[in-house]
Amino acid sequence: MSRENVLVSAAWSEENLQAPGVVFAEVDEDTTAYDGGHIPGAVKIDWKNDLQDPVRRDFVDREGFEKLLSAKGISNDDTVVLYGGNNNWFAAYAYWYFKLYGHTNVKLLDGGRKKWELDGRPLDKEEVTRDATTYSAQEQDLSIRAFRDEVVDSIGNKNLVDVRSPDEFSGKLLAPAHLPQEQAQRGGHIPSAVNVPWSKAANEDGTFKSDEELRELYAEAGFDGSRKTIAYCRIGERSSHTWFALRELLGHEDVKNYDGSWTEYGSLIGVPIELGSGKEA
Amino acid sequence: MTNGCGAPAQGGTIDASTTETVLEGKVLSEGTPVGGAFVRLLDSTGEFTAEVVTSPEGDFRFFAAPGSWTVRALHRTGNGQAAVSASGPGVHAVEIAVA
Repeated sequence: MSRENVLVSAAWSEENLQAPGVVFAEVDEDTTAYDGGHIPGAVKIDWKNDLQDPVRRDFVDREGFEKLLSAKGISNDDTVVLYGGNNNWFAAYAYWYFKLYGHTNVKLLDGGRKKWELDGRPLDKEEVTRDATTYSAQEQDLSIRAFRDEVVDSIGNKNLVDVRSPDEFSGKLLAPAHLPQEQAQRGGHIPSAVNVPWSKAANEDGTFKSDEELRELYAEAGFDGSRKTIAYCRIGERSSHTWFALRELLGHEDVKNYDGSWTEYGSLIGVPIELGSGKEA
Repeated sequence: MTNGCGAPAQGGTIDASTTETVLEGKVLSEGTPVGGAFVRLLDSTGEFTAEVVTSPEGDFRFFAAPGSWTVRALHRTGNGQAAVSASGPGVHAVEIAVA
């Protein structure tokens, strides 16, 4: 895996807005950003309404994903370039999700909306319609998705990478600091997890750090390249960002994203929880 | 269903009797509010903690904890930062000038 296969720059994107076979898609939790101005020609994917089951806590099923992509006018052989706000968290989540359902050519726009806006590149409010397709998805590739039992069994023997902020990791905060802190679950982290906040993998403008910087970052945190890896955060989008860095950029082979993440783990009865920085004093 | 980690709408007012430690204010450029600025909250060691985008009126808000914090704004017209200290729960105001 190399960077060119999975990431495109804002400059490349601006030159390829009209390129045949390339579809830009903005992914956000709050889609008012898209409605207020999006990359010209980009379709909108709503992280909540399009990708989450409306009743159960799970994804839309294979058929639902086929229906969504068909309606958005995305074909199986299109190259999909994903971008979004929040430093591409939800776009990285969608990237992982597209991979989960077997889409071949999917890339992230490096830096997402933030880099695009800081560069002063064009945004418009044109309504985007594409002809419907007949999209065909694969069964979920569970080699990249972790569930709770596997996570509990991984304590002490796989790399568990907690990508939340240090204060969420230690148990001081229960959610990112732009959100209210009233949460049902307990604070802390999964025992033996290392804390490498997602933000350390990104530059201030939202682009990913270089491969060399990323390698150094994870090595310093005690990441063991010979072990299998599970990344988690609070609900699985920030950890998608780190899953992308570890698997797609650095080429680690067995890396899973635990989308249940802390909102699931921190509510389980009886599982072990570690508090504090986790480092030996 | 579980809500995501995206930021809620910035601006407006919240209950002053809140038990939360709130850091909020505006991003200003030559005294004029700047919407669409990227504001990040850095902890006392300079570590990234959270980021929001200002409302059209330039407002941002963080739910933090007591302690010393830095808020830093990026915008295509310029960058800037400010320090803020929160002694306890309540609303703590801070402004950031970008240039």
